[in-house]
Amino acid sequence: MNSILNIENLTVQYGRHEVLSKINIQIEEGDYIGIVGPNGSGKTTLMKAILGLIPASEGKIEFHPQLQKKTIGYLPQKSVISDPLFPAKVKEIVSIGLLGKKRFPQFFLQKDYDRIEEILARLEILDLKNNKIGNLSGGQQQRVLLARAIVSKPRLLVLDEPTSAMDPKIREEFYQILKELNEKEKVTILLVSHDMGSIGKYTQKMLYLDRKVVFYGNYEEFCKSSDMTHYFGQFTQHQFCWRHSDGKCCWASSGSTQI
Amino acid sequence: MGNVVGLLLEALRYDFILKALLVGTLIALCCSCLGIFLVLKKLSLIGDGLAHVSFATVAIALLLSASPLLVSIPLVILASFLILKLNEHAGVHGDSAIGLVSSFSIACGVLLSSLSGGFNVDLMSYLFGSILVISNMDVTISIILSSVVIFTVFFFYNTLFAITYDEEFASVIGLNTKAMNYLISILTSITISLGIRVVGTLLISSLILFPTVAALQISQGFKSTLVISSLISISCVILGVFLSFVNNLPTGATIVLLNALAFVLCFLVKKYRKG
Repeated sequence: MNSILNIENLTVQYGRHEVLSKINIQIEEGDYIGIVGPNGSGKTTLMKAILGLIPASEGKIEFHPQLQKKTIGYLPQKSVISDPLFPAKVKEIVSIGLLGKKRFPQFFLQKDYDRIEEILARLEILDLKNNKIGNLSGGQQQRVLLARAIVSKPRLLVLDEPTSAMDPKIREEFYQILKELNEKEKVTILLVSHDMGSIGKYTQKMLYLDRKVVFYGNYEEFCKSSDMTHYFGQFTQHQFCWRHSDGKCCWASSGSTQI
Repeated sequence: MGNVVGLLLEALRYDFILKALLVGTLIALCCSCLGIFLVLKKLSLIGDGLAHVSFATVAIALLLSASPLLVSIPLVILASFLILKLNEHAGVHGDSAIGLVSSFSIACGVLLSSLSGGFNVDLMSYLFGSILVISNMDVTISIILSSVVIFTVFFFYNTLFAITYDEEFASVIGLNTKAMNYLISILTSITISLGIRVVGTLLISSLILFPTVAALQISQGFKSTLVISSLISISCVILGVFLSFVNNLPTGATIVLLNALAFVLCFLVKKYRKG
């Protein structure tokens, strides 16, 4: 079993208010999971619990022994860091991602600077390295933060609504980068999003949350599940499935229920 | 012109001016090193709050005839922990916690000073600073402790930068954010206790705020902000000591006004660049 993350019976409460209830999921190495659900369904809470930022009231979150905390990359919601006055250059921000693996005194060496340049070049933002982060556009800032998240070569990448501030073209490029990371480097990706269409198009599995797990599995199962048709109605189920493309869903490829 | 140079050379012959320049420069460097973290973490008020606490601790020291520096440092550190704890556990907002602790301390200071015979010259000198009358022991303590502060910031610079930019991310990659916040509190407490010697309890927070806020007007990166604010801070102290000596002005107030001037200049530079 290549399970890198095992969540058993996880319950999270804010005061008396139960935000997540008895969550059971297993995440395999190389998974690319889209996490969706309505507002207030506990998506961000689940991410934060996985990252150890919020304590679990019950249950447990077990990582594979090789996946230490320091090999997780994290891209927070855009709104979290929005101080346009913060004086930091792009290369300074990206360097933060390398600190997790360093021992005291956490000084940077030439190889660290090389690695930062390498990752900036890969995300096509090398020319911005000396720019102040606050002067960049929303899409550029997200790329910088993605660079910070992956500069340490993490095995697990957690992204919380990364594309909400992006225009469609930049968003496509962003998903393309994630796809490459997932396919070429086998990085496991957890992606929270409101963007149902793209989730269905790019991710392999879906986790639909509404305080509990409504559905967890691949798109083929989702599309076939009559429970889900019952839960969502056929139209919404169709949107998630990305049935009108030729990719994930059985029905679309077999052509039996083209819409 | 020759007259001014003559006066400056004359000033440098005095032992007390040399001591003031040495201690002042080191404390200015401490203030700018910490200022950037406090301002960007939106903890500017902590400087002000802890300065008020140091007023009470100086009053205690004078009542006990002990060294104000040695009494202040541990007590101000404790007060900064109290502010953090109130914020973390008692459900008090950060700014309210600072308000509670600082007004309580001022009240204690006033009561204690009335017990020791009212506001005397000594206490006044701590309210507004008196760097020109500094004992040899205070010089030694100041040199040691400000070196500790500067080296600590140097060695923890990258981690401090990480938690200042994004505490959540820092925690995800395994940095000990809680310990770093306590470290900042300790260093701030030491810096404030040392700094009241230079500009006094009423003005010390300006020494932390002005250089950083001025540097923020013109800088692009984090490191450059730190360098520019240190240069501003040090030059204001050196210039302030000389100016106050030559024109017979109060040193602390002169230094703070020079800082304000530096801020205005940086602000104008920013406007000019944009325009």
